[in-house]
Amino acid sequence: MADDAPTARQGGWLPYLLLAPSLIFLGALFFVPLVETLAIAFTNGQGWGMGNFARMVGDLNFSDALLNTFSIVLVVVPLQLALALGMAMMLRHLHRGRDIVLWIWSIPLGISDLAAGLVWLAILNDQGYLNSLLFRLGLIAGPQAWLTYETPTALFAAIVFAEIWRATAIVLVIVVAGVQLLPREYGEAADVFGASPWRRFIRITLPLLKPSIQTALILRTVLAFEMFALVISLGGRNFPVLVSEAYQWQYGNQDTGVAAAYAVVVMLISLAATLLYLRLLRTPREQQT
Amino acid sequence: MLNRREFALRSLLLGGATLLPRALHAQGAPTVFLSTQLRPLEEAQKVREVILKGYTGKVDFVVDEPSAFAVRVEAEMKSGKRSSSLLGALHGELQPLQAIGALAPLDDLAAKLSGRGIPPALMNLGKLGTASQFYIPWMQATYFMAASKQALPMLPAGAKLDSLTYAQLAQWAANVQEKTGKRLLGFPAGPKGLMHRFFEGFLVPAYTGGVVTTFRSPAAVTAWTEFAAMWKHVNPNSTNYNFMQEPLLTGDVWIAFDHVARLLDALRQKPDEFVTFPAPAGPKGRAYMPVVAGLAIAKDAPDAAGAAAVIDYLTRPEVQVTTATSVGFFPVVKAELPANLDPGIKLAAAAIQATQSAPDALPSLLPIGLGAKGGEFDKVFLDTFQLIVLRGNAPAAVLDKQAEAMQRIFTETGAPCWSPDPPSTGACKVI
Repeated sequence: MADDAPTARQGGWLPYLLLAPSLIFLGALFFVPLVETLAIAFTNGQGWGMGNFARMVGDLNFSDALLNTFSIVLVVVPLQLALALGMAMMLRHLHRGRDIVLWIWSIPLGISDLAAGLVWLAILNDQGYLNSLLFRLGLIAGPQAWLTYETPTALFAAIVFAEIWRATAIVLVIVVAGVQLLPREYGEAADVFGASPWRRFIRITLPLLKPSIQTALILRTVLAFEMFALVISLGGRNFPVLVSEAYQWQYGNQDTGVAAAYAVVVMLISLAATLLYLRLLRTPREQQT
Repeated sequence: MLNRREFALRSLLLGGATLLPRALHAQGAPTVFLSTQLRPLEEAQKVREVILKGYTGKVDFVVDEPSAFAVRVEAEMKSGKRSSSLLGALHGELQPLQAIGALAPLDDLAAKLSGRGIPPALMNLGKLGTASQFYIPWMQATYFMAASKQALPMLPAGAKLDSLTYAQLAQWAANVQEKTGKRLLGFPAGPKGLMHRFFEGFLVPAYTGGVVTTFRSPAAVTAWTEFAAMWKHVNPNSTNYNFMQEPLLTGDVWIAFDHVARLLDALRQKPDEFVTFPAPAGPKGRAYMPVVAGLAIAKDAPDAAGAAAVIDYLTRPEVQVTTATSVGFFPVVKAELPANLDPGIKLAAAAIQATQSAPDALPSLLPIGLGAKGGEFDKVFLDTFQLIVLRGNAPAAVLDKQAEAMQRIFTETGAPCWSPDPPSTGACKVI
C-alpha cells in the first residue's frame, strides 16, 4: 500500500495538470464572459433588475424575432435530418465513387455562413441569377423581388433553402459516421425474417442510430437558434431573428443591457433544446452496445 | 474576419500615430491637431500628405474616436498636461467641450477670417449658442437627392428640382411608377443605412419646424401620413439598401436620398447620367441636416498661435477645394471650384450649395448631448417608421407611444433642445 502511494499521487495530479491549460482557456474565454453577460443582462441602471428583459419583450421586433427563429428551427432541422438520413442510406448502397459523392456533399461545410448568405443573395436579388434565368425562360417580364418585406413567404423560403443547402452536410457527416458503425448482423437477420426495407429502416437502423441522431440534432438545433449572418445578408431588417436583434441592440441602438438579455434568452432556449433531446433520445443502459 | 483584421491593423497604426507626436512634442516642434474626423487610415494619410502639404509649420495630425476624444480633451484640461492644441470635430462633439470650459474663445481669429466668405448661419453655429466664437467651421457634408436623368421627363408640371416639395416628390414617384410599372424611388432603410437621419433632419422638421418638441404634434401626424402614402411608390428593396449609390448605378432606383459620401460613387462613375438636388421642402421649410465639422483651440493650448495658423491655412479657398477633392468633405468658405474638378464631385458640391443657399433652408442639427443614448434616439424614429409606414399602424397612436420613449431619453440625459427646436432650459420636452 505504502509503495503504491507515490505512483497514485503522480497519476492523481498529472492528468489535471495536462488538462489545466484547456480548462483555464475555456474558463477565461467562455465562463467569464458568460457570467459577465448574465450580470449585464440583469443590471438595470444602478441595481439588479429585469428592466432589460422588460425592454426586450416590449420591443416591437421581439415577438417577430422569437417567432421567426422558432419557425426556421422547426422547419429546417427536421428537413435536414430527413435529408441526411436519406442521403446516408443511399450512400450505403453505393459501391463505387462513394467517397467522391460524400466529398461533394460536404463541400458546404467549408463555407462560412456569411459567404453562403452572400452566394444566395447573388442568386436571389432583383438582378440575381434566378431572375436572369426566369427572364430568359420568358417566365417573368422584369425583375421580381424575392427578399422584401412585401414577400415574406418567398423570403422565408429563401432562408430555409439556403440554410438547408449550407448546413445539411454537418448532419450528414455525423449520421454517416454512425451508419458505418452499425453491425450488419441485425439487418441480415431481419432479411431472413422477410422484413421490408422500410420496416428494416424504421425498426433496426433508426433505433441503432439514435446516439448519432441525438448528437446531430443537438449540434444543428443549437446552431440554428444562433443563426445570424445568413439571415442578415438575405433578410436584413425584414426578417429579425433573436441573434440579429441582439446585434442590432448592441451596435445599432448601443444598448448592451438589452443585447445581453437577448443573449441570455438564446442561451436558455439552446439549453432547453439540448436537455429535451438528451431526454427524448436517451438510450437505456441495457440497450447500449 | 477580414474586417477584424483590418480593424486590428488600423488600431495598431493609429495607435502608433498617437504615440509618435507625443515623442516629437517633447522636442517642442509641431502643433498637435487632434481630430474625430477623417479617421480612416486613407483619409488621415491624405490630411498629412496632401491637405497639410502646403503648410509651412509642423503639424501632427492625430485622430481619436469621438468618445475617446472627449475623454482625452477633458483629461488634458484637468491634469494641466496639455499636448493637443488644435481640435477638429463635429459641431455636436465640440458643444460639450465648450460646456466644460475646454475651448478658448476665437473672436479675434473669426474677425480675421471674416473675408473668407463663410456663410453667417454656418459661422454662427461656431458660437455654440454663446456670444463668443468657439470654433471656426472647417468642412461640411450633408444629405441630398440624386436622380437618374431618365426620370426627369416625368417630373410633375411646374415642379423644379431645386425647389421641390414633398408633395411633388410623391407625385413624381407616382408618375414614374405609372410610366415604367416599377417603383423607382429609393431610401437607405437597410440595416446599415442612414434612414433615421432622413426623419430627424429632413421629413419631421420640414413639416413641424422641430424634431423633439413637435414629435407628436398634428403636423407630425401629417408628415408621417403623407410619407406613408409616398412609400407606396418606393422600391420595396429599400429596407435592404445601405448605400443608395449601388441601386442608383444598377438602375433599381431612379430617385434616391442619401448622405453625400454614400452617393458619391454613383456620381463619380456616371456623372452624365445623374442630376443632384436638395431634399424636398415641407410646410415649415426645406429642412436639412448639415454635418459641420469645426476647428477649435484648446483653452491654454501649448501652441495656440500654431493652431490659429493651421486654422487660417485650412480655411483658405484653395485648401478647402483640396479637402473636397481628397476626402469628400465640402468647403465652408466661398471657393471657386476648378473647371477640371471631377464632375461627380462637382455634382455633389452643387447640391450641397443649393441646399444651403435655398431661400427656405431650415438647418436641423445632428443630435447634441445624447452621448450613448444617440442610438436609442435613432431607434425611436426607426420604430415609428416601421410601425406607421411598414406595418400601417395609425400615426397618431404610434407617435403618442413613441413620444414616451423619446421623452425618457431626454429625461435620462438631461439634454437640452437643439436647433430647429427652440432652446430649452433643462432637458428638452416633447410637447
